[in-house]
Amino acid sequence: MNNMITIIKKELARFFGDRRLVFTTVIMPGLMIFVMYTFMGKGLMKELSTSDDYVAKAYAVNMPEELRTMTKGLQVEWEDWDGNPGEQERILQEIADGEKDGLIYFPENFMEDMYAYNMGDEPAPNIEIYYNSEKSNSLTFFNNMRSFFTAYEETMVNKYDVNAKTGIYGSYDQATENGLLGKMLSGLLPMLIMVFIFSGCQSVAPESIAGEKERGTIATLLVTPMKRSALALGKVISLSLIALMAGVSSFLGTILSLPNMMGDEMEFSAMSYTITDYLLLLAVIISTVLVIVAIISMISANATSVKEATTAMAPFMLVIMVISILPMMGMESKSAITYFIPLYNSIQAMTGIFGFQANVGLSLLAVGINLVAAGALTYALTKMFGSEKVMFSR
Amino acid sequence: MEELLQVKDLRKTFTLSAKQQKIEKTREKVKVAVDGLSFTAYKGEVFGLLGPNGAGKTTTLRMLATLIKPDSGDAIMDGSSIVKQPEEVRGKIGFLTSELKLEEFFTPNYLFDFFAKLYGVAPEKIAERKKLLFGRFGIDRFAEMKVGNLSTGMKQKVSLVVSLVHDPDIVIFDEPTNGLDVLTAKVVTDFLLDLKAQGKTILVSTHIFSLIEKICDRVGIVINGKMVVCDTLQNLCGDKDLEERFFEIYEERVGRIDE
Repeated sequence: MNNMITIIKKELARFFGDRRLVFTTVIMPGLMIFVMYTFMGKGLMKELSTSDDYVAKAYAVNMPEELRTMTKGLQVEWEDWDGNPGEQERILQEIADGEKDGLIYFPENFMEDMYAYNMGDEPAPNIEIYYNSEKSNSLTFFNNMRSFFTAYEETMVNKYDVNAKTGIYGSYDQATENGLLGKMLSGLLPMLIMVFIFSGCQSVAPESIAGEKERGTIATLLVTPMKRSALALGKVISLSLIALMAGVSSFLGTILSLPNMMGDEMEFSAMSYTITDYLLLLAVIISTVLVIVAIISMISANATSVKEATTAMAPFMLVIMVISILPMMGMESKSAITYFIPLYNSIQAMTGIFGFQANVGLSLLAVGINLVAAGALTYALTKMFGSEKVMFSR
Repeated sequence: MEELLQVKDLRKTFTLSAKQQKIEKTREKVKVAVDGLSFTAYKGEVFGLLGPNGAGKTTTLRMLATLIKPDSGDAIMDGSSIVKQPEEVRGKIGFLTSELKLEEFFTPNYLFDFFAKLYGVAPEKIAERKKLLFGRFGIDRFAEMKVGNLSTGMKQKVSLVVSLVHDPDIVIFDEPTNGLDVLTAKVVTDFLLDLKAQGKTILVSTHIFSLIEKICDRVGIVINGKMVVCDTLQNLCGDKDLEERFFEIYEERVGRIDE
């Protein structure tokens, strides 16, 4: 026990004594994610939205007067064009260049033909809207026009409505704000957390185990009377602490940048989760970290150099990525049996917690299974530390 | 005299890779590194294992230090078996070889405390022991420098000090003066004689005749994993010098050296 604490203290002293290492593993990931996501979010918003007071400039051919009046609210400055084929090329080029936002073409006598049109007659009068989907202003113009004229058409032949006005029983959509938010977060966050935990482990475990082997410093530890289990446990616990810190940093970076990334429409408030949710999440994350650290430690103990350890970890990382992405693709399994699979159960439990549907029993089962798995793996690591084949192979 | 260290029929084999088999022109899959080696060391003596490279000296010492396990045989170190009680053995011996490195990031001061704790030295003893050993080897001036920044000789001294933090009764040194300059080598040799004067039992392996002649009471000559002679320096050499005797024995057992 004392020896284990001595080992933990040494590992932490090694880590915190190296400012560069602390910066690159703990501070930088969170900071990078925050900066990146914030810029990404802001940039994306700017690209997608046109400013509210923008007045589109568009050509109109044969536009009926009554429709022109009705489109007043849509902020379009119409310029009439007689449809002279000689100018066609120039006008389309202007739309391509973004000088004009579009062109709307009505057949001659559109209104008369439209009123006279009976269902089944062929063909119905057609309104043509030319636009440029590369330019956001032009795309907005097109979408506005299309929805305006589609709505207009519906009023022409109105037989019934679906969900017009407010319902007699109140709001139609029964989803709570939490529900929508939860659906989004439960897809995204478990994956991010897993990846962050993994990269946290990855940056310290190979160095601490394969590195010590490579430099011959682990042999010095092995000739001391301490038990191999004290060394294995000490390594796993201290590495878990460091990985946890790296994970928390990345997690904070993500959470803090979410409002920026999602734009103003989404009111993100971490207050929506209960204390139980947070405690469960913490337990799941800690148990997950222990399993991942134990596995990476075993891979590192088996490798002869840091480089080899890093290479050998790649397949494991792929597995983590794949199981993390499943809920995002809507492919998570609802079966309770999957909670017996270490790491996959972490994803399941976290998906539930973030989706505001935490199942306390199953989440605790996941934690328990992970702890048992971490214990078994640490026992295996102890055996590896005791094996001369593993420790002294070149 | 008390038999502090009894080595009985130690045997260790290594598996050869296919490539290695080709190089050694053999079809045998296993190479016998140590082949039924036995000897005894008495309390308070310096015992030297002498032999050419590849004779199995280092493998023997690594087994005694419990870093690797013997295929068969055993050794009793001050009452503890290296096979059955490896942790007890590790607490009773100080083992130093060039393959044991110190983490370059830490200072000698930190490492001394760290290993003292792992060896179970009582907290009040640590400072006293540190003062003594650091003073003896001139480490005090470098106590707060990272090991990575120390000279090769100073690193070696720190390793030596760290292996003796717990004041063990049995000291095992593999090639104690290898790679050291003459000054540092002398400091180490003098220290070994000091330890002997304190009544410690010391086991060294070397291929340097003068070192054996200078510090050893008894010597065992190891050739091809077997102990061919084991006796006091006096009985072994008579009026000849050790080097001469060694070549005689070698030619007797193996054949002419230039063959």
